[in-house]
Amino acid sequence: MIIETDGLRRDFLVGTRLRRRRVVAVRDVTLNVAPGEAVGFLGPNGAGKSTTIKMLTGVLVPTSGSASVCGLDPVRERRELGKRIGVVFGQRSQLWWDLPLEESFDLHGAIHKVPAARYEERLEECVELLDMTSFLRTPVRQLSLGQRMRGEVTAALLHSPELLVLDEPTIGLDLASKERLRSFLSAVNARGEVTLLLTTHDLPDVERLCRRVVVIDHGRVLVDDELSTLRRRFAGNRTLVVELTAPAEALAGLTGVVDVQVEAQGMRQRLAFGAGTSAAELIAEVARRVELRDVTVDEPSIEDLVRTLYASSRPA
Amino acid sequence: MSAPYPQLVRAGFRRYASYRQAAFAGLTANVVFGFLRAAVLVAVLAQQGTVAGYDIPTAVTYVWLGQGLLSVVQLWPELEFSKRIRSGDVVIDLGRPWDLTAAMLATDLGRAGHAMVVRFIPPMLLGIVFFPFRWPQRPVTWLLFLVSIVLAVVVSFTIRFMLSATAFWMLDAHGVLSVWGAVSGIVVGLIVPLAWFPQWAQAVLAWTPFPAIMQSPIDVFTERGDVVALLGHAAIWSVLLFAACKLMLRAGAKKLVVQGG
Repeated sequence: MIIETDGLRRDFLVGTRLRRRRVVAVRDVTLNVAPGEAVGFLGPNGAGKSTTIKMLTGVLVPTSGSASVCGLDPVRERRELGKRIGVVFGQRSQLWWDLPLEESFDLHGAIHKVPAARYEERLEECVELLDMTSFLRTPVRQLSLGQRMRGEVTAALLHSPELLVLDEPTIGLDLASKERLRSFLSAVNARGEVTLLLTTHDLPDVERLCRRVVVIDHGRVLVDDELSTLRRRFAGNRTLVVELTAPAEALAGLTGVVDVQVEAQGMRQRLAFGAGTSAAELIAEVARRVELRDVTVDEPSIEDLVRTLYASSRPA
Repeated sequence: MSAPYPQLVRAGFRRYASYRQAAFAGLTANVVFGFLRAAVLVAVLAQQGTVAGYDIPTAVTYVWLGQGLLSVVQLWPELEFSKRIRSGDVVIDLGRPWDLTAAMLATDLGRAGHAMVVRFIPPMLLGIVFFPFRWPQRPVTWLLFLVSIVLAVVVSFTIRFMLSATAFWMLDAHGVLSVWGAVSGIVVGLIVPLAWFPQWAQAVLAWTPFPAIMQSPIDVFTERGDVVALLGHAAIWSVLLFAACKLMLRAGAKKLVVQGG
């Protein structure tokens, strides 16, 4: 396991000296991540995501419970851990603000004592995949957010870390920049060199990158499962969208269909169907009754899924 | 890739090289104040003759060295580090596999190197052209002067570091900073030469690191006093204060890690 935690808990004392109150930020997080995995770490604001990440990266001591990352005790062996993991915070920068991006990379290479040949190879690859040639000589303060984030991710990967922790890496990025970053991260992870742990509010990030999802709320793990399993368990209905060649009345009485919506004067119909129904059988059944021009199946969005999860977990 | 610290020195240099206008504005202010201070001292000494070993050329040299060194040793902290502590960005600095205090010192030495080129040399040249100037009598003085400047930057760095690091414990460091702002110019020997202070005040200051920040390099250049004692004083304080910075950072980081940011 590259990340192993057991009953991780973190309390904070807040308020003034006279009126201290104990706030539990992380109540009980037990998490095991194997090398090469890509895990999405989800939860609403204040759920305990960032606190957990701080404990995993060694900048916060757990109140109780234990954590081991890359086989190290994060707090006691923080410096050693720093050599073996990369961290990207969407809202903080690890680049040198006044220097050209390239010089920040050089400094990272030097701080991590990356051998020259491997550094060159790694940098060249990142520059190419992330299309950074045009702004390598630009001071970081003049980069757009999208360009800077590409730089942040590169800096975090230059020393070939075993684990890359990304805390809201796509926050504030436009769609094209998000997509570029996602496909890069997905490619890096697919080669099996680096494990990804990603926190985000942007669920498409998770859909694109993570096979496994850990959802936490109120400092506890609500769900820890494969994304596909979660979909099946929680997501409820899928929707078959059929485009017809001629207008038709609402298609009633189809097996397994729980809701029908008619659009475009009967030229398009949305058929919601439950988990027990096969999309293929439903399409065949529709095709026997009307002439089809096109069909698509909409998977339930992960937003719906997470909303369902939170709603079902609210403490009374 | 090896040895991050020399590279950090270079980065510190290049970082400031990107702010030419700021350097020029600061330089202008230095020069204007230099002319004022030199004019005042020349007027005083023209009536008094020599005061505590300062004749006119020595006093003028004292002024221009002080004006030039002011931004090299950088008396007042920029507070970038305390901002990083308050914003939590310091977790990035703490997460790196380096000695953070040494890394910051390396960067500061680079900054000082840049200041030597753009902020020290130009006012010196003006002083040399427009006023009587006291050159070192012995060639070795130039080398010793350079050593004394490096030590001055180290001592000044450690004091700035510690002032900034108070942010680990204090939400507002303005109190501490304004005290330093008020007394620093006096105790380092920027305002008037420390030799003009009453005996007791000189004796007290000799036990502090402050003279090493400005008066000592000037004394080395003007060949006043025992150079071994001056450099020894600065070297001992550099080591002690650097160790104190490391202890303070360790305590601050521990507080952050244990109590949370």
